[in-house]
Amino acid sequence: MGVGIEVTNLNAWYGTNHTLQDINLNIPANHATALIGPSGCGKSTFVRCLNRMHETNPIARVTGTVRIGDLDIYVDAKPVEIRRRVGMVFQRPNPFPTMSIYDNVASGLKLNGYSNRRGLDEIVEKSLKNSALWDEVKDDLRKKSGASLSGGQQQRLCIARALAVDPEVLLMDEPASALDPVSTSKIEDLIFQLKSQYTIVIVTHNMQQAARVAEKTGFFLNGRMVEFDSTHKIFTNPSDKRTEDYITGRFG
Amino acid sequence: MPGSLVLVTVHVPDIRISRPQVQPERPIPDAQKLAGESTSDVSAVRKFLLSRGNSSIADAVFHWLMVLCGLSIFAIVALIAFELVLRSQLSWQKFGLSFFYQAFTDRETHLPMFWDPVNEHFSALPFVYGTLVSSFLALLISVPLAIGLAIFLTEMCPLALRGPLAFLTELLAAIPSVIYGLWAVFVLVPLLRAHINPFLIHGFGWTGLFNDENPTGLGFLAAGVILAIMILPIISSLTREVMTAVPHSQREAVLALGATRWEMIRMGVLRNARIGIVGGIILGLGRALGETMAVAMVIGNTPEIHRSLLSNGSTMSAVIANEYAEAVSDMHFSALTEIGLALFIITIIVNALAQLLIWMVTRGTPSQVH
Repeated sequence: MGVGIEVTNLNAWYGTNHTLQDINLNIPANHATALIGPSGCGKSTFVRCLNRMHETNPIARVTGTVRIGDLDIYVDAKPVEIRRRVGMVFQRPNPFPTMSIYDNVASGLKLNGYSNRRGLDEIVEKSLKNSALWDEVKDDLRKKSGASLSGGQQQRLCIARALAVDPEVLLMDEPASALDPVSTSKIEDLIFQLKSQYTIVIVTHNMQQAARVAEKTGFFLNGRMVEFDSTHKIFTNPSDKRTEDYITGRFG
Repeated sequence: MPGSLVLVTVHVPDIRISRPQVQPERPIPDAQKLAGESTSDVSAVRKFLLSRGNSSIADAVFHWLMVLCGLSIFAIVALIAFELVLRSQLSWQKFGLSFFYQAFTDRETHLPMFWDPVNEHFSALPFVYGTLVSSFLALLISVPLAIGLAIFLTEMCPLALRGPLAFLTELLAAIPSVIYGLWAVFVLVPLLRAHINPFLIHGFGWTGLFNDENPTGLGFLAAGVILAIMILPIISSLTREVMTAVPHSQREAVLALGATRWEMIRMGVLRNARIGIVGGIILGLGRALGETMAVAMVIGNTPEIHRSLLSNGSTMSAVIANEYAEAVSDMHFSALTEIGLALFIITIIVNALAQLLIWMVTRGTPSQVH
């Protein structure tokens, strides 16, 4: 089951570029939360701060507090421990091309030393079923490489890989932006099914997508969070003029 | 004047009125201004360009000249192969394939003997052995070091240090091999003789690999170490190249699963780059197999086969360099050429294989991800 995320006074920099400014936000557990905003507004940086991927860039810097469940991730734990609890799906599908489909899904567990074969078999099957890929790949789990799948299948494989370590939070950084419409709708259906079991944070530049899958939506602009509210309210009756301008397509 | 009219109308924003009258005239006055002429119908630039031919002859000459340059590569390789085959006929006819594995017996000592130019007994076996032993010894020392260096440079090195370190590594490749030989003779060999060899004999003599009380310090080990230093930049820079070709998204994928830095490098980088790394290693092997000067200066140059790495030996390239100028007979000459032919074939195959493997990675096949 997922846990909630509490962000207080989060600031982030790339070199001298202040990409996130004073973000305060409570993301509810076991719901999908969408982050929208124009390109470069800091929404990707924000999710990368939630699993401490932001700091893998040598020029990046973060201040502020992020609590995931009861864990203060910048104080209580090392990045490695955080990332075992917070799964991430990237904009471009990035399966491991030299591994079979099975090994791709099992990679997170094998990495952390899990070697129970029957347990692995079960987890791989469950993860692939959860990511709606099982029926398409069950016959060549070990024969085909992760790179042999189509783009949409690769992205669902990456979701299965993230689910296999049973994360408490699932971060998705524009997971469908590199995919065709059919694959996109499959990913959206998947998010819709998964959000009762995991806390999902999805970054998207597609406002319809946010409206379809998320209960809560945050609007980012120029490194600040302009508005955070229920998705319905954001799209029907936003309280900020800038949000209204954005969702009505006046800019961005 | 038509000229002044045009100059005015160009600046008028509403073009609809002036366009039908002015447009046919416009290019001519503009070009006149450009060429500094006032009366002619055709501009100087146009006249000049019209006077040019279509350059078809020059183009054809250029084309065939370049084709010739391209084909010269085939010609050079074919000529080398032809010459080597022709000049090794004598020894090939006498010894056949057994040239590469036969051994003779010394009449006085009754010990096996391989290379006796006076009695025209020739066998390439000790040189093949020496080449293989020194090359694999070089790989054994060089590969872990080169991969470690490449990992440090691509994944961990502070940016300020990366440039100088990479440059220094490349610089190692540019040093002439005779300089390496000199360094080995004056620094490496005395060091081996005084400190390392006694230690190896004392500690690992029981393995049989280090039990020769060779007083010179020359031998397979010295050759292996100097070769290792010489092939380090090749392996390291190629490994670096294929590691850099691994997309950043692969590293992030592994990190996001909770990997430590080493796990990220192992799973996200080395695993994807492994074919190319093997290619780099084989390319290093190719260089080690053919390397002549430095090896000839430190291996001891005796046509013998010993199990001990501290013993003197010789390699295929070293024996050619040492004896070719002073070959005592046609058969001696021919036997040396046959060794050269074998070396030529081996290095071509090894290098072709290496290039193929590197090409497989850098063109992006295994790491091709949408």
